[in-house]
Amino acid sequence: MTLAAADPGLVTAESEPEVRPRRRGYASYVGLKVLGSIGSLFFMLVVNFFLFRVLPGDPAHTLGRGRLSTEAQVEAFNKTYGLQQPVWQQFLTFLHNTFTGQLGISVQYRLPVSQLIADRMVPTILLVGTSTILATVIGVYLGIRGAWGRGSRFDKVTTGTSLTLYAMPEWWLGLLLIAALGVGFWIFPGVFPTGGLHSPDVDPNSLKGVLDTTWHLVLPVTTLTLAYLADYSLIMRSSLLDELGEDYLQTARAKGLRDIQVRNRHAVRNALLPTTTIVALNIGFVVSGAITVETVFSIPGLGLLATDAIQVPDFWVLQGTFLVASAGVIFANLIANLLYGLLDPRVRT
Amino acid sequence: MSTSELLEMRDVHVTYRTSEGELPAVRGVDLTVRRGQIVGVAGESGCGKSTLASTVLRLQAANAMVSGEVLFDGQDVLTMRWGDLRAVRWVGASIVFQGALHSLNPVHRIGAQIAEPIQVHAPGLAEGRVRERIESLLEQVGLDPARARSYPHQLSGGQKQRVMIAMALACDPQLVVADEPTTALDVMVQAQVLGVLSGLVRERGLGMMMISHDLSVLGDLCDRITVMYAGRVVEEGPAEQIFADPLHPYSAALSAAFPRVGDPSARFAPSGLPGDPPLPWDLPGGCTFAPRCPRAAEVCLPAEPVLTSYGEGRAAACVRIGQPDETQHHGSPGEVAS
Repeated sequence: MTLAAADPGLVTAESEPEVRPRRRGYASYVGLKVLGSIGSLFFMLVVNFFLFRVLPGDPAHTLGRGRLSTEAQVEAFNKTYGLQQPVWQQFLTFLHNTFTGQLGISVQYRLPVSQLIADRMVPTILLVGTSTILATVIGVYLGIRGAWGRGSRFDKVTTGTSLTLYAMPEWWLGLLLIAALGVGFWIFPGVFPTGGLHSPDVDPNSLKGVLDTTWHLVLPVTTLTLAYLADYSLIMRSSLLDELGEDYLQTARAKGLRDIQVRNRHAVRNALLPTTTIVALNIGFVVSGAITVETVFSIPGLGLLATDAIQVPDFWVLQGTFLVASAGVIFANLIANLLYGLLDPRVRT
Repeated sequence: MSTSELLEMRDVHVTYRTSEGELPAVRGVDLTVRRGQIVGVAGESGCGKSTLASTVLRLQAANAMVSGEVLFDGQDVLTMRWGDLRAVRWVGASIVFQGALHSLNPVHRIGAQIAEPIQVHAPGLAEGRVRERIESLLEQVGLDPARARSYPHQLSGGQKQRVMIAMALACDPQLVVADEPTTALDVMVQAQVLGVLSGLVRERGLGMMMISHDLSVLGDLCDRITVMYAGRVVEEGPAEQIFADPLHPYSAALSAAFPRVGDPSARFAPSGLPGDPPLPWDLPGGCTFAPRCPRAAEVCLPAEPVLTSYGEGRAAACVRIGQPDETQHHGSPGEVAS
């Protein structure tokens, strides 16, 4: 008797080398991620400032389109906007102003940029927020159903559709939707408005106005949702397929769990990890997608504000919208990181 | 509680359908586990032992075709309805899986994973009772009950394997299937884990089917041993005898490959078995072991030997048992097979 000599009664608790759980926990994980985001935010401010200083073209001459020609006028312009100062001083002023919420005055609208952005933010948040949530929920659902029944008709149809949508630029998809559902084709009349956010004769603050705005948002939200749900469904499908061979699914089945419990409690829970990362990384692209979609549908949001500002060019508006968009992406990534920490205990310790 | 046979496998065949054709992994295996009995299944990797174990809870892969009967408590697991199968899974029989490193879900706490089968099979049980049960299970396998709040990555390999054992006992099963429960562990921890497992099984009078490639482990822990080679049973009998006095040359080779602790002669002459087990899609004709067998002769080639009784509850599938060696008349085993 060799191995049976290890009597179970003699095995004392914790007799082997210990791997103690380090209790650093979620709080310090959150702290680290918030610090990281603050770092990104600062780096973004630096880039944001210098990017507009290295752009070709002198603001005074470009804006004057040749008409603002006298030395005195140019000097007065530069003085108004602080352009005669050395760059480092401009940068310090920029930092100070940014943190106190002064983003400059738009040369085009003659209004503070912060006020312009505040006015234009709501449509963009509605558009990007709704589309991201819809695309994630629908995409993840399709990916789960596709992977769990891989090779089924449902899987083939959704994968094919997703690949097609994935290949389409969102502005083109938007134009197709306008043509088909906004303008109408053949004998089918157009149903949805082709652009804008309100009908001219409706008070936007009434209940009717809210419904009217929702009605206007259907096509743009559909465009952005379709463009990104394809991405998420393909990623969710492949991460779930990767989980299918895992041993712990066999354990779950052996325990007598129903197929749906094995899927939702064990497989999906793990497959959500890579998907969370991709959704977070994608938020930047959704924001850029929103810029083109807002242009296609003439929605008075941040995207359209930025596109219009490029035409002028309206430096302070551009700088302000870039700032807000970048901060939005950093914030969304922070949320995704915190979510990831909740989903995966291994990154916390 | 009708018969003393807890698990009875009759003529079980498992064939995998693959793109390259059909792979016979298990080819007509009979195996019986009685209440309170520990039955070992020995053999090299790829001999079909894990595939055989997967049929006990009908967990075989989707591309596996299974025939024969797997009777658990008199009922055929392979054909029963889902509701009945669900009751057998973990309540009737549970599995301690090979490689606990991957058999635990990395994102759930240990306690939750042990509680899961209890909650699934006894949904009405109060939360406090479930917690007490988890704590007592962890204590029984020699772990600190506070470990219930740990995640798998916070435990060592041996601790994880003990969690698997605690989990397997969660629903008080009548049969425990241990599929290479200690393969991933170092020798010291192996001895501890095996001690815990067999101790608990004996204490509760459970039936156990223990799968291992290590005949010396099985020889110590089991009542009976079944030796498998290329998907078939080549020898079956009381554990001590199979280890000490094997009938089949393959059992002899397995036995010699793992020298017993405290046996100096075996220690200085460890012997392995040359060659690899045959590939399931390319089985040699006649006795499948003949190409590697030191005793192979002309008589081994015409047909695959059948399992024949040799008294005292022993059986082996070899035509050379009792025949004298004719080493002078043939060269290497490889030549005989060709």
